[in-house]
Amino acid sequence: MISPAAAYRNLLLFVLPALAVYLVFAVLPLATSIVMSFFQTSGASGDTFVGLANYERLFTHPTISARFWNALLNNMQYFAIHLIVEVPMGLLLAALLTSGKLARSEGIYRTLLFIPATLSVVIVGFVWRLIINPLWGLVGFPLLGTESTALTTISLMSVWQYFGIPMVFLYSALLAVPNELVEAANIDGAGGWTTFWKIKFPLIAPQFGLIAILTYIWTFNGFDLVFALNGSAPGPNYSTDILGTYFYRTFFGSSGQLADLDLGAAVATIIFLTVLLVTSVYFWLIQRRLKSYSV
Amino acid sequence: MSAPDLTMRVARRRQDREPWTLERIIVHALLILFVLLAIGPVLIVIINSLKTTPAIFGGPFDLPTAKTFSLEGYKRVFTRGNFIVNYRNSLIVTVTTIVLTVVLSTLAAFALVEYRVRVASLLAGLFVLGIMLPIRLGTIPLIQMMLAWKLMDTLAALILVYTAMSIPIAVTLMVTYFRTVPTDIKEAARMDGASELRTFWIVLPLVRPGLAAVAALTMLPVWNDLWFPLILAPSRQNQTVTLGVQQFVGQFMNDYPALLAALTLGAVPLVLLFTLFSRQFISGLSKGYSK
Repeated sequence: MISPAAAYRNLLLFVLPALAVYLVFAVLPLATSIVMSFFQTSGASGDTFVGLANYERLFTHPTISARFWNALLNNMQYFAIHLIVEVPMGLLLAALLTSGKLARSEGIYRTLLFIPATLSVVIVGFVWRLIINPLWGLVGFPLLGTESTALTTISLMSVWQYFGIPMVFLYSALLAVPNELVEAANIDGAGGWTTFWKIKFPLIAPQFGLIAILTYIWTFNGFDLVFALNGSAPGPNYSTDILGTYFYRTFFGSSGQLADLDLGAAVATIIFLTVLLVTSVYFWLIQRRLKSYSV
Repeated sequence: MSAPDLTMRVARRRQDREPWTLERIIVHALLILFVLLAIGPVLIVIINSLKTTPAIFGGPFDLPTAKTFSLEGYKRVFTRGNFIVNYRNSLIVTVTTIVLTVVLSTLAAFALVEYRVRVASLLAGLFVLGIMLPIRLGTIPLIQMMLAWKLMDTLAALILVYTAMSIPIAVTLMVTYFRTVPTDIKEAARMDGASELRTFWIVLPLVRPGLAAVAALTMLPVWNDLWFPLILAPSRQNQTVTLGVQQFVGQFMNDYPALLAALTLGAVPLVLLFTLFSRQFISGLSKGYSK
């Protein structure tokens, strides 16, 4: 047996390297960003505490605030399209993969279907721009060049890339459904369709919450695909601007906009709160559900 | 091969001999349709990268023939682009990040499972929270840190940030694997007078599938990231493949053979690696996040 003192010392020694890297390069920058949002750091007199002045500018300055709300709304739409299209698609494919009719081809299908998720956004953006090119592509209409369709088009490109992720989550959950349950249902005369909705689906239901929250976090960190397609001031007329590109412009600057680190820190904090709020509500609901089951 | 694996294989072989019912045909047809949707666009890029410019525009969906086949695009990528350097950089960054992540998170996960003192569960919780942490939002202080430490525009900056980004999911995943190691083995090792580090070495082979899963899961987001290379290592000699291809696309907008060749070169290694390790990747993905 190890004494408690030795256990503490060993724990510390083993965990410290990982903990240090994680704290210094992930937690600390985020915390510093929040602190920084209350300061004016670029002034001649060094760092001065300015309270909520950065936030005031973010929410009241005519262009800055208009662009922010635009990016937030676009981001919500970006998230909603992912959720609405990706989840049913993932469910259908996971159900097909685990239908028991595939034999040895199951693994091949699974691997091939996941390939888009392994590509870099540069390729995804370029390929789809080529395919939907109005001059000689499949669609004779400038989907990316029209304000009303550009965001939906980019969202669907991203859905094409990432539908494999919900598919894999649901696939693994379906594989974990005990065989006896399915066999018992079959003996009782239930067909494949009934077995799926009455037996398997309720058992994998918790996965949908997890997929929704991960999709939320990932889409609210979105940047790469929009940037690869449309640069840092994503047009037409900012119709494809999301929080990631907006954030990038505030601290990095772009044509027509000066770089402002403090304002960028305020934007980062607001995005962080948006993500944190929804994530906390999700975990609070999960906790309550678990409690009500255990009673 | 373990017993369940064997029974699964036997069952699958039996399924292979089953008659082609309508239901079975529909399942295959739907899956083939989605597979075409998934890999069709990738195949278009690869096929057209091997053709001449007129052939690309004349028949974008045709296979290259003896007349239209051309490797000019690849030649121009290597002469005009910066591909050798890009590849070297991406390899250094990805491999170093994977090694650091695997080593650090395995040590941490072993201890979190092994030493059941009260802080252990607190620390484990701290790592789980990190899975949800949007690390990009800390970019501004990261830039300032890298400037202060003279690490701005170096591959080291990328490696440090990516390792921090990968550790939370890696630790959480490894904890689930270490939980499955029987206590007897560790106690037996200690009885024989093994040190704690030695005990760690003894149980390490038992969590090998976990190590593979962590490596597979770390590889993709690091290789494909555009944000941090753009901000922390943008100069020509430090560009990764993803950033290099992005800039190449911007510069040679009209040289389609070269563009398609660059895109193919950027994608193929990862797709091949994924195909090899897809089992590990998929089990890592579903186990790591379903906490």
